[in-house]
Amino acid sequence: MRVALFLTCVNDTLYPGTGRAVVKLLTRLGVEVDFPMAQTCCGQAHYNTGYRHGAEPLARHYAEVFGGYEAIVTPSGSCAAMVRELYPRLGARAAAEGRGGELARVLAPVVPKTYELTEFLVDVLGVVDVGAYYPHRVTYHPTCHGLRSLGLGDRPRRLLEAVRGLELVELPGAEECCGFGGTFAVKNPDVSAAMGLDKVRNAESTGAERLCAADNSCLMHLGGTMSRLRTGIEPVHLAEILAGTAADTGGDIEEAGV
Amino acid sequence: MSGTFVGMPAFPAAAREAVGDATLRANLRHATHTIRDKRARAVAELDDWAALREAGRRIKDHTLRHLDTYLVQLEESVTAAGGTVHWAADADEANAIVTELVRATGEREVVKVKSMATQEIGLNEALEEAGIRAYETDLAELIVQLGKDRPSHILVPAIHRNRGEIGAIFRREMAGWGRPAPEGLTDSPAELAEAARLHLREKFLRAKVGISGANFMVAETGTLVVLESEGNGRMCLTLPETLISVVGIEKVVPTWRDLEVFLQTLPRSSTAERMNPYTSTWTGTTDGDGPKTFHLVLLDNGRTDTLADEVGRQALRCIRCSACLNVCPVYERAGGHAYGSVYPGPIGAILSPQLRGMGSEIDRSLPFASSLCGACYEVCPVAIDIPEVLVHLRERVAEGGEVVRNGARITVRPAKGHAAERAAMRAAAWAFRRPGVLRTGQRLASGTRRLHPRRLPGPGRAWSASRELPEVPRESFRDWWQRTQGGPAEGSTK
Ligand code: SF4
Repeated sequence: MRVALFLTCVNDTLYPGTGRAVVKLLTRLGVEVDFPMAQTCCGQAHYNTGYRHGAEPLARHYAEVFGGYEAIVTPSGSCAAMVRELYPRLGARAAAEGRGGELARVLAPVVPKTYELTEFLVDVLGVVDVGAYYPHRVTYHPTCHGLRSLGLGDRPRRLLEAVRGLELVELPGAEECCGFGGTFAVKNPDVSAAMGLDKVRNAESTGAERLCAADNSCLMHLGGTMSRLRTGIEPVHLAEILAGTAADTGGDIEEAGV
Repeated sequence: MSGTFVGMPAFPAAAREAVGDATLRANLRHATHTIRDKRARAVAELDDWAALREAGRRIKDHTLRHLDTYLVQLEESVTAAGGTVHWAADADEANAIVTELVRATGEREVVKVKSMATQEIGLNEALEEAGIRAYETDLAELIVQLGKDRPSHILVPAIHRNRGEIGAIFRREMAGWGRPAPEGLTDSPAELAEAARLHLREKFLRAKVGISGANFMVAETGTLVVLESEGNGRMCLTLPETLISVVGIEKVVPTWRDLEVFLQTLPRSSTAERMNPYTSTWTGTTDGDGPKTFHLVLLDNGRTDTLADEVGRQALRCIRCSACLNVCPVYERAGGHAYGSVYPGPIGAILSPQLRGMGSEIDRSLPFASSLCGACYEVCPVAIDIPEVLVHLRERVAEGGEVVRNGARITVRPAKGHAAERAAMRAAAWAFRRPGVLRTGQRLASGTRRLHPRRLPGPGRAWSASRELPEVPRESFRDWWQRTQGGPAEGSTK
């Protein structure tokens, strides 16, 4: 199976450790991973901020870069949701503007082939126990796009529960938004910070050492809040937990999440 | 909409104050979480909830598509049943019609059923100017009126008040509006309710004119429907000699059968009740029973313009249940007043800018007052995809485009304040089509990583006032990949 990693522009630039973890994990599971060097950004920030027309060339670029692969895996719920939920909408809106079905046709092939990491693991590979070892107390925050747009359901939880050494503790108010919301975080900083703070307080109440999510954008916001407050809780991407094995000392994986 | 909110600051500034008000946040948090949990339980009881939601969506979409037909049918039915129908294009017209109708009765006071439409047009203020006093009779509306306050929630307009504050308002203000608060009134809920009952009863028995809105209007029979929990609405609908109802044109449904869906979804979504306590219906006038004269004022006030927008029109499906407010993390922290409209919360953020147009700063900021978490869409009983409409309205602010205002198609220009952002977005889109440019930027950031501060000055403070910035890694993923081609496994997490 020819599988492409769509890492996302944020992870590529700021969280390369998450990318390395996905590669390590998938390789261990026998998947041949390619990273097309021409990849950049799915266009989500443009679209969600009101620059739909600015997002179109990025969506075309994505379709061009990834069109030839059987599956595209991304460790980001919101970028997966952009492709799966909003690329069809880009096409439909273009048609409604009298530009015909061309954009929809160009984008259509990559839509069903794009998987968020946990979907790919559970639905495509059919694994829940990925052979990971991660000796920490962890609480999990289901991000909004993963939860409500993609409907990831209990996939992340099942994957985490199968990790050896990991103690999973329930996050109170788990389904509430963390307050990141892309440009919302800077356009409405007070409300965003208040939401982040409540999320962090809830995480603290669990006694967890790690706050896990499947999207580094939310973790950037929460991690930044946690380190400012010196909570001692480390943010960690789910991929980095799943990549960890007994052979790792633990330090490598942790560093990647920060 | 009414002029009450003109000059509101943009949402982020208005929200800042609420976020800093610990009492307000505690009141809101407690109230919204209680009702949101109850709603979830009430909805979970029905195994056909998804089907009801879909039916509600379709009934509304069908009606909106044929709105002209159903409105004309409604007018015929109401007229045949002895009522009089008036058409109001905007708030001023509606206020003028109602004022004239009240004047014609010779009365100087009216009792009111809780109604969003009359708040939207600022009817109380318009009547006041004409020397007519309007008494709110819904308990929460009474609290707002006595407190010279503004509503902050669709269903519970005084949600921002706790009972200590309510007791103080009653003791201080009731005497100025009619029967004073009983001697020695405490803050106990039972005593507060009794004080309101005594205060209002006097008005119900005296009033000759009642004013209401309606939750639904049935085209086939000309029947109006009001759902409420207190019974005060029914007093106003039955005791006065003249009844005037001001209703938005989108409230029409074709048949009685359609009510069957909404009478299940509305109570569960709004108050988490299985069945609505007081459901009043009336059809024109009936000799010897209820008001002798009935007027229906059909209100447009931006609705036809909203209907012209393919994406935005779904906002007109709204049945004002307020489930989206109760579940919204932004509303919970910012409070209702920050939205600068009688329609706060997620629905307000998509409805106000469409009904009023985007001429004011507050209306241009509302589409951005959301993290797009999608909780509102999930609970909406008529499946309004609020995030979709928010993004659509953001586009109108950021990129401009064609809109319909007052029935005419016009092109709006992008908002001024967004010029720098627009330039940045354009630059980003340009770079993202060129992976080499992205890489150069990444290398530049990595090369200077030791120099990066954890806090930013200027506009960057919006991020770093509460959060550290992420550290830029030594090497981007793509550089690592090019160096190692994804292997060897050893050191691959380094
Ligand atoms: S938008 Fe939906 S959830 Fe919100 S008030 Fe209207 S009907 Fe209720």
